[in-house]
Amino acid sequence: MENRKRQAIVLLSGGLDSLLAARLMLDQGIHVEGINFFTGFCVEGHTHAIRRDRKDRAVRNNALHSAEQLGIRLHMIDVIDDYKDVVLNPRHGYGAHLNPCLDCKAFMVGRARSWLEEHGFDFIVTGEVLGQRPMSQRRDTFPVVARESGALDRLVRPLSARLLPPTLPEREGWVDRERLLGLSGRNRKPQIALARAYGFDYAQPAGGCCFLTDENYAHKLRDLWASRGARRYDFDDIMLLKIGRHLRPHPSFKLIIGREEGENRFLEGYRHRFAHLWATEHKGPLVLLQGDANETNLDLACAITARFGQGRSKARVRVAVGEPGGLTRERDVTPLPAHALAAEWYL
Amino acid sequence: MDLDARYLLCPMPVIRVSSVIGRMAAGDTLTVHCTDPGALHDIPAWCRLEGHEVVETRTEPSGDIVIVIRAGG
Repeated sequence: MENRKRQAIVLLSGGLDSLLAARLMLDQGIHVEGINFFTGFCVEGHTHAIRRDRKDRAVRNNALHSAEQLGIRLHMIDVIDDYKDVVLNPRHGYGAHLNPCLDCKAFMVGRARSWLEEHGFDFIVTGEVLGQRPMSQRRDTFPVVARESGALDRLVRPLSARLLPPTLPEREGWVDRERLLGLSGRNRKPQIALARAYGFDYAQPAGGCCFLTDENYAHKLRDLWASRGARRYDFDDIMLLKIGRHLRPHPSFKLIIGREEGENRFLEGYRHRFAHLWATEHKGPLVLLQGDANETNLDLACAITARFGQGRSKARVRVAVGEPGGLTRERDVTPLPAHALAAEWYL
Repeated sequence: MDLDARYLLCPMPVIRVSSVIGRMAAGDTLTVHCTDPGALHDIPAWCRLEGHEVVETRTEPSGDIVIVIRAGG
C-alpha cells in the first residue's frame, strides 16, 4: 500500500469547530492546509474593524488566527461573484432570513473539491457537527452536501464522524476513525472543553457567521432589490448594507448615514459613486444618497444630514452636497425636527 | 510595486496581497496602502504563515496604513 503522507484541505471558517476539526487531523499526522472563502457576507472583521467604538472586538480575521494557532497555511479565496447564484437561486431555499445554508455548504465544499483536485490533496475536512444547525447540519442533509459538492466520501467531519458512515479516508486507514469524535447537537460544551485542553484562543463559539442570517441585514437587502425592481447586487452594495444607518425617506432614494468616525471614513471611499452630504460647520456624519438626487430629495437629505449632526438644535445648518466625484455646493437648511423623522424610514 | 487596498475591508486586503505577491519574485517588495485597521493584524499574520517579511508598518497623517512586504522564496 502506498504510504505517503496524506493531505487534507480544511474549510477554516475562523470558528471553534473547524479549528478543532483541523487539529484532530494534525494529531493523526495528516498534512493539513486551510481554505477560507470570502462571499462578501461574512461577518468576519468588517464592521468590527471599521467602528472605532467597538474596542471590545478583536480587530483580526479569525480564520487567519485559527491558521496561526494550528501552524498551517491558509488559502483565502474571493468567491463573491460565483456566490451570487447561491444567494439569488438557492435550490434548497432559504433559512429564517436570506440564508441559503444548505446550498452555501454544498457550494463551499464543491469549491474545496475543485481546489483539492487541482493541488493533488486527498480529502476535505469540515467542522460540521450533526444536529448543530437546523438546515445544513442534519443527518438527512449531510449526504446532500457530499453529493452536490462532488466530494462524496472524501468529505470527513471529524467532530461527528463516529455517528456517520465511514468515509474513504477512514476505510483506507488514512485516518483512524477511533480517534475521531461522536459529537452531536447544539450543546457546545465538549468543543469548549477541547479548546481549553488544546489551549486554543477563539473568538466566539459559533464563528464565521454570515450576514444573511441577520434579520435586519436581510431586510435591507430585500429593500435594495425592491428599489431596483430586480434581485441583483454587486460587491459595493453588500458592503454598504453593513455600514451606517439606512433610511429610505422616499421610494426614490435612500440615505446611508455614518454613525461614527470609522464609518464616515469608510463611506468616504464611495464619494466618487454617490451624491454625498455633510455639515460643514458642525461635527456630524458623512451621508451617501443612493437613488434619485433631485432637488426635492436633496432638500430632505440635507435636513436629515443636519438632524444627525451636532448642529441639530441650531436654527440653520450649512450642509455641503457633493456630486459623485465632482462639484460641491453648499446650502443652509433647517435641521429636520425629531418628530418628523419617521420610524418607517429606518431600514 | 504598490497596491491600493484603501477602503477594502477584511479580508479583501489580504486576498489582494496574496494575489499580487504570488506573481512577484523572492526579495521584491510590495507597498500596500490600506484604511481598514484590521489589515494591521491580518497582513502580518498572513505573511508569517506564507513566509513573507513585513519590513515596515506606518500610519500616514491621513490615517492611511502603509505596510511594506518583502516577498519570501
